[in-house]
Amino acid sequence: MAPALLEVSQLSVGYGWELPPSVIAVRDVSLTVSAGEIFGIAGESGCGKTTLALTAAGLLEPPGRVISGAVRFEGTDLTTLSADELRRMRLAEIAVVFQASMNVLNPVMRIRDQFYDAMAAHGISSKTEARERADDSFDLVKIPRRFFDAYPHQLSGGMRQRAVIALAIVLRPKLLFLDEPTTALDVVVQRTILESLDELRRELGFGVVFITHDLSLLVEIADRIAIMYAGVIVEEAPARELYERPGHPYTRALMSAFPPLGGPRERLPGIGGQPPDLRSLPIGCPFAPRCPQKIEGVCDTVAPPHVQRNPAHRVVCQLEARGEADLV
Amino acid sequence: MSSVVRSAVPEEDVGQQNVLEVRGLTKFFHVGGFGRRRLVRALSDVDLTIRPGEVLALVGESGSGKTTFARTVSNLDRPTAGEIFVEGRLLPRRVSTRRLRWYRRRIQMIFQDPYSSLDPLHTVEHTVTRPFRSFRIVPRSQERAEVDELLTQVGLVPAEDFRHRFPHELSGGQRQRVGIARALAARPSLILADEPTSMLDVSIRLTIMNLLLDLQRSKSLSLVFITHDLGGAYYMSDRIAIMYASHIVEIGPSQEVMGEPRHPYTQLLRRAAPDPDNSPGTGSRFEAHGDPPDLAALPPGCPFAPRCSFVKDECLGSLPEWREVGASHQVRCVLYD
Repeated sequence: MAPALLEVSQLSVGYGWELPPSVIAVRDVSLTVSAGEIFGIAGESGCGKTTLALTAAGLLEPPGRVISGAVRFEGTDLTTLSADELRRMRLAEIAVVFQASMNVLNPVMRIRDQFYDAMAAHGISSKTEARERADDSFDLVKIPRRFFDAYPHQLSGGMRQRAVIALAIVLRPKLLFLDEPTTALDVVVQRTILESLDELRRELGFGVVFITHDLSLLVEIADRIAIMYAGVIVEEAPARELYERPGHPYTRALMSAFPPLGGPRERLPGIGGQPPDLRSLPIGCPFAPRCPQKIEGVCDTVAPPHVQRNPAHRVVCQLEARGEADLV
Repeated sequence: MSSVVRSAVPEEDVGQQNVLEVRGLTKFFHVGGFGRRRLVRALSDVDLTIRPGEVLALVGESGSGKTTFARTVSNLDRPTAGEIFVEGRLLPRRVSTRRLRWYRRRIQMIFQDPYSSLDPLHTVEHTVTRPFRSFRIVPRSQERAEVDELLTQVGLVPAEDFRHRFPHELSGGQRQRVGIARALAARPSLILADEPTSMLDVSIRLTIMNLLLDLQRSKSLSLVFITHDLGGAYYMSDRIAIMYASHIVEIGPSQEVMGEPRHPYTQLLRRAAPDPDNSPGTGSRFEAHGDPPDLAALPPGCPFAPRCSFVKDECLGSLPEWREVGASHQVRCVLYD
């Protein structure tokens, strides 16, 4: 097994100035990401996906605060680094692409100059070298080089998003965070970006943390997937296995929220209800109030156990412990 | 009057009153100014009929003309050319206010953005009551009862909790429900829903889709569900129409269009859609050449020709005619002669 590139252990993150913070957005989360791997995180809005990514990328800002746990990148705990040390690491080692990040490009600066600025900040001041690296990046994401001198508005939305990815990989980082990178794009453009991403990580061997609410997309492109709900990981498994044998009722609900593209057309119930308020989480399992398979008097009173189905597949659910997970 | 309309209706449709029928619907926009005026073709030669009680999904990428279609049909924009028939009646080029009122009552829209499509200064009750007054449907004494009934139907229960709320006091899903109640208040025969779920969270999307289906069935409404999401289109619709660069390029029963897409563009869309049943790594590589054309400089022939791997000389000269490829399944492509 490849060594862990990113290791998040028992991480809890909250928002708020008081102690402990009034909102706990990420609760006791542990995960590892290896080099060359696409690790997917799925869940509804407000379940802590983005907070987890911000923290793991060293971008969390007050009032956000790490309450406990560690984020180790190649063995270094990011939560203990100074702002300066983190700044040197960003882009060079860890890069982040956010949702609608095609809007992060400065509209009054040529794309060229934005690439040069980013590289100059990391010590590449030679224009020739910078140009070579940028050209390489453009080739990798399949944008014609002539757009290098263009302003952002001269590119289509899909191309701008690809340009941001090109910028993110220009210094060949080892770890790339992608937070809903294709949600605002059309399917054909989305597919083109995902294919070049898959190719890139094979070629360059970087690890990817891919965050989205679209589980059907994730099953296709990720190697392993974690399902988040109300700040905790409720299930983690290899992508195929998660799709074929989902353990947690929330995973199943999330899957059924996306109507299939073919087959018999039957009414899908959807998930129903809303995620809990992170300020007043229910006792017991956070999903219990919405769970169709809730065991009365158990799920709503005691915390669900962590059950290891096999070394790679973990389910946090009472049903799993009782061997009733497959009974719908 | 009606004989004029009937003569324009194709053979198989005679005797069946279509809720909506458009022929050669075209909409151009002038953009830019001062020496840089350009003509953008947002809708080119669109033919479409909507039957009573059917759900048609209009599928296409952003900029393909879906929203322009909805806005033109609901008379928010005037068409540049083409004819629109509502329940067999031709919408004249110059419409009297009375006629327009009738027309707008028959066709209602649900908008994509539930945050901007409700007036923030008006309560739910005010918003839902407006169609009653504009169309003089409900006497004032019964308005309250009717509003409560509508709010209950769209799942805003108990109605008295929601009646006096302002949009900012509602979640995205609740706002979209108000938008649906407002559309229903006019008692339309056709609802045009323009991406009604794309701004909502995953967990709410299916709920809103189910609500639309339930209402469509119980009120035997016709529904045009405009979306870029193929899964949603398949889930909702009896028929699917595929739009590309301001044209409809394929239309047919949903099972056929999704199961056996004929137009090369439909095939491209189908392959691009996220599908967990695609085995990772083993699937054929996805090839997408180029981007959709600039609507201000559309090629004279098939709009998809520049990206199409099956392109022939005849594709470049003029727009392909419609070909029948199955029972009420048509495609605008020369491959199916």
